[in-house]
Amino acid sequence: MSTVSNSQSRAVSRSSVLLEFLGSMNLAITLLVTVAVASIIGTVLKQNEAYQNYIVKFGPFWFETFKSLGLFDVYSAGWFLVILTFLVISTSVCIYRNAPQMLRDMRSYRLNVQEQSLRAFHASHSWTLALPGAEIERHITAVMRSNGYRMRRKDHGDHQVIAAMNGTFNRLGYIFTHTAIVTICIGGLLDGNLPLKLKEMSGQIKIESRDLPASQVPRESWLSVQNPSFRGSVTVPEGSSANIVFLQLRDGYLVQPLPFTIELKDFRIEHYESGMPKSFESDLVIREPDQEPVTATIAVNHPLIYKGYAIYQSSFNDGGTHLNLSAWGLGRAKVEQEDFKSSVFEKLRVDTAQGPMTLELNDFRLFNINPADEGSGKRFRNFGPNFTFKLRNAAGEAREFENYMLPVEFDGRGYFLSGMRDSVAEPFFYLHIPADPKGSLSRFMRFNALLQDTDRVAQIAQETTRQTFAEAQLEKPELLKEVAATMQRLVTLFAHGGFDAVAEQVEKSVPEAKRREVLDAYIKVLRNILTALYFDVLTTEGVDVSAGVTEADSQFYDDSINALTVLTKYGSPFFLELKTFEHVQASGLQIARAPGKLVVYSGFALLIAGIFVMFYIQHRRLWFWVREGAAGTELLFAGTGNREQRDFRLEFDRLIRALDQQLRSG
Amino acid sequence: MSVTQQNILEQFDDRSLWQRLIWRDWLWALLVLSGSGYVYAHYVEFMDIYEIGILGGTTLGLISVGWAWRPAQALSLIVTLLSLGSIALYGDSLAAADSNFFLKYLISSQSAIMWMSALYVLATATYFLALFMRSEFTAKVASALTWSATTMGLVGLMVRWRESYLISPDVGHIPVSNLYEVFILFSIITALLYLFYEGRYRTRALGGFVLLVISAAVGFLLWYTFGREAQHIAPLVPALQSYWMKIHVPANFIGYGAFSVAAMVGFAYLFRHHQEQRPGGAVNSRLPELELLDDVMYKSIALGFAFFTLATILGALWAAEAWGGYWSWDPKETWALIVWLNYAAWLHMRLTKGWRGTPMAWWAVIGLFVTIFAFLGVNMFLSGLHSYGEL
Repeated sequence: MSTVSNSQSRAVSRSSVLLEFLGSMNLAITLLVTVAVASIIGTVLKQNEAYQNYIVKFGPFWFETFKSLGLFDVYSAGWFLVILTFLVISTSVCIYRNAPQMLRDMRSYRLNVQEQSLRAFHASHSWTLALPGAEIERHITAVMRSNGYRMRRKDHGDHQVIAAMNGTFNRLGYIFTHTAIVTICIGGLLDGNLPLKLKEMSGQIKIESRDLPASQVPRESWLSVQNPSFRGSVTVPEGSSANIVFLQLRDGYLVQPLPFTIELKDFRIEHYESGMPKSFESDLVIREPDQEPVTATIAVNHPLIYKGYAIYQSSFNDGGTHLNLSAWGLGRAKVEQEDFKSSVFEKLRVDTAQGPMTLELNDFRLFNINPADEGSGKRFRNFGPNFTFKLRNAAGEAREFENYMLPVEFDGRGYFLSGMRDSVAEPFFYLHIPADPKGSLSRFMRFNALLQDTDRVAQIAQETTRQTFAEAQLEKPELLKEVAATMQRLVTLFAHGGFDAVAEQVEKSVPEAKRREVLDAYIKVLRNILTALYFDVLTTEGVDVSAGVTEADSQFYDDSINALTVLTKYGSPFFLELKTFEHVQASGLQIARAPGKLVVYSGFALLIAGIFVMFYIQHRRLWFWVREGAAGTELLFAGTGNREQRDFRLEFDRLIRALDQQLRSG
Repeated sequence: MSVTQQNILEQFDDRSLWQRLIWRDWLWALLVLSGSGYVYAHYVEFMDIYEIGILGGTTLGLISVGWAWRPAQALSLIVTLLSLGSIALYGDSLAAADSNFFLKYLISSQSAIMWMSALYVLATATYFLALFMRSEFTAKVASALTWSATTMGLVGLMVRWRESYLISPDVGHIPVSNLYEVFILFSIITALLYLFYEGRYRTRALGGFVLLVISAAVGFLLWYTFGREAQHIAPLVPALQSYWMKIHVPANFIGYGAFSVAAMVGFAYLFRHHQEQRPGGAVNSRLPELELLDDVMYKSIALGFAFFTLATILGALWAAEAWGGYWSWDPKETWALIVWLNYAAWLHMRLTKGWRGTPMAWWAVIGLFVTIFAFLGVNMFLSGLHSYGEL
């Protein structure tokens, strides 16, 4: 950055050595490269994650090492800020040392130039002409003026010097760009985390890492309402309001109070056909004591600026949708259904046959757009509302579920879908419960309960066997009893483990040679009894089964058998059905106060102006040295450009030709 | 092809800009102005103040580019005519693409982009062939291929713009919104920058080198199309629905394109320098003299740096509106800073320390890798706010 060398001998003092060092090009380049390399760290290592994640990833030793180096938050680490500060100092010193000289340079025409030095220039040309000096000067002035050069003349007695310049603004380019860098860094520092960092180091504030409601966060994690710069976020449900934001920092957060309250009146979201959000916006009311409330609508890319606070629409969420749920008991001999009300984000304690559990309602989604089947003529279809919840046992292990409210149609038949998985890394595994003709779960639930009802199963098993024996005109009461008992046993096996359990049982108790045969027989018997049980369900519903069943009812049976098989691995003692809901959305707001923004923006303007001036305006100096003598008038023409020697050389040659023409024509 | 001092001098006209303009230039300005006037009259109700500003800026930009570089006039006209033709053939139904011969095989956006891809690869090979055979004619063919490829690419983007509106008015957007679209933009801008230098310095010897980068981009594009089905037009996420996209992305790609040209010229520099080490190498070399290569390299980096700075600043202004802060140390932002710092250091070395030649050429080549990482690597390996084109 030191472009001007000072040839005067200078008293070597300590401060000038320091200044020399700070303003040196080598330091500047080193700092540029260091900032670049240090910045890479922060992009490779994910910043500001929960510390737990880092421990898992790197192990305790490296975690501690990285933590002490500030690598989890590089851009506010002390050492990084020190490098940036050095860059600012280095640039400032550079401006301090070079700018005055450059400004002088812009005005100085250097009229006292020596003949010898002109002759030494790379670009020089001389003429000996039979014209008087004054006329030559007139021609020079004409050519230079038409080429956009400014001129000064000095009479040295025996010779005259005309000095010409253009593109002096190029020098301003240097000053602009370098001032811009300093300005941007200072502005950025004002808006950055530095003040927080200092407060934290001096122990005035402490980052809170526990998940607490704002009211319970200790005072030392609260910032002052006067805090001039911050950037935080808050989620406001519809109809609620907020007067704080949370600042995410490293593994925790700080609470920043606002001098006003933001109420979310309404949140609207629009979707594309594909279900992707198209736009979302919030109607806000800003209230402040003793002030008229301000109403405004914000959307992505359209923030609200209120008294220096910028309020952005950043995300959306469920705001605690009210759910009317119904829990169908599974694994019971009776259809049990319990209705209850809850809402998203609530946690409920439930006592089940598998012990006490926690039901955590996590989310609700109004639309679920999926690609449509081939040939349906549509590209997308909506599966309707669903909600997700976790069921956590006493040991803390949780299984996640995703239940759809309405039956989803596949091949013309409706199914209640419920997805389940053991960890978020897995995809959901779906249970398809067929919807009965009324579009409800009732028939399936009755069928399922009947499988558990040992007395009724025994009764139907006997009836079925008796009927079969009668048809075959068999009269073996012993055998009849045995077959009925087998049926009952198979139903119990099936109810607890599906067809797999039956196969397993055969494997355990039958010699290998006969397994195939026995299994086939068992499956046949099992199917008979299951059909009989299903008929019983239909009969209770009032369906007349004497002349067989309809195609639809037969399909229902097949689907039920599939669902019952999956149900054995479902892992929940109940099935949650969503009856009705009252949708409550929440808007994710980001609120920022950045007083340095204007400083930074003025730096931006300077930078752009400076760069274009520096690259596209060339500072060029030309001299004409004129001396009248006995052999004619001697004209020496020389010049220099501050950079782009190639272009300057071309310009210089062009000017020689232009001058030549002018001088000869005159 | 050799460059004599004379034919460089010819470019330096003694007349000022206004004197240099010929009737064709004024006709050009009139055409652009009437085109913009037509657009303004018909569509002003759909534009906000910023978009009107962008229209004005584009008008002035097109006129001045046409004045400074006359071939741009013909290119713009042909692209306009072909695009309007394609749009007319479409009418108001996308289905026409399957039935109309011209759309199906030539000027639907997909076909045009395929033509662009093929022509760029062909042009690369032809440039190298010309260099190898020292055939001026072959080199001219290569230039013509590059111009044609650029035309088809631009038509592809223009028509794609229209196609997005045909899908649904709310899906419609300028095709610079994802990795697939910006790769086309990158190829076109790099080619245009190269073609400008080709005319300015009267040498076609660098074509093969620069077009290598474009061919690589085309290779990626083809893989992205056939391997990942990335060519489908997708609607915009809310954060991208802003007039800023129309200026931030193209400015960025002028930067990326110019850095690529610089790197490949740097590569040519190293190649020629290597040749010169051998006896008689300098005489035999088909490449322009080192001084010229060095100059093109510098000019290209300066241009790239100026536009990259502009683009990064525009990005910061946009971020301030969309994400709530002008700087978030998001990986893409940070890598933009790294690229910027890298070229800032390069320029300091050259302008104030006077470094020239081999080290600067090496640095320009390495700079391309840094740039590629910022452009592509961040999307591939890092996550963040800028995840609009994941691989």
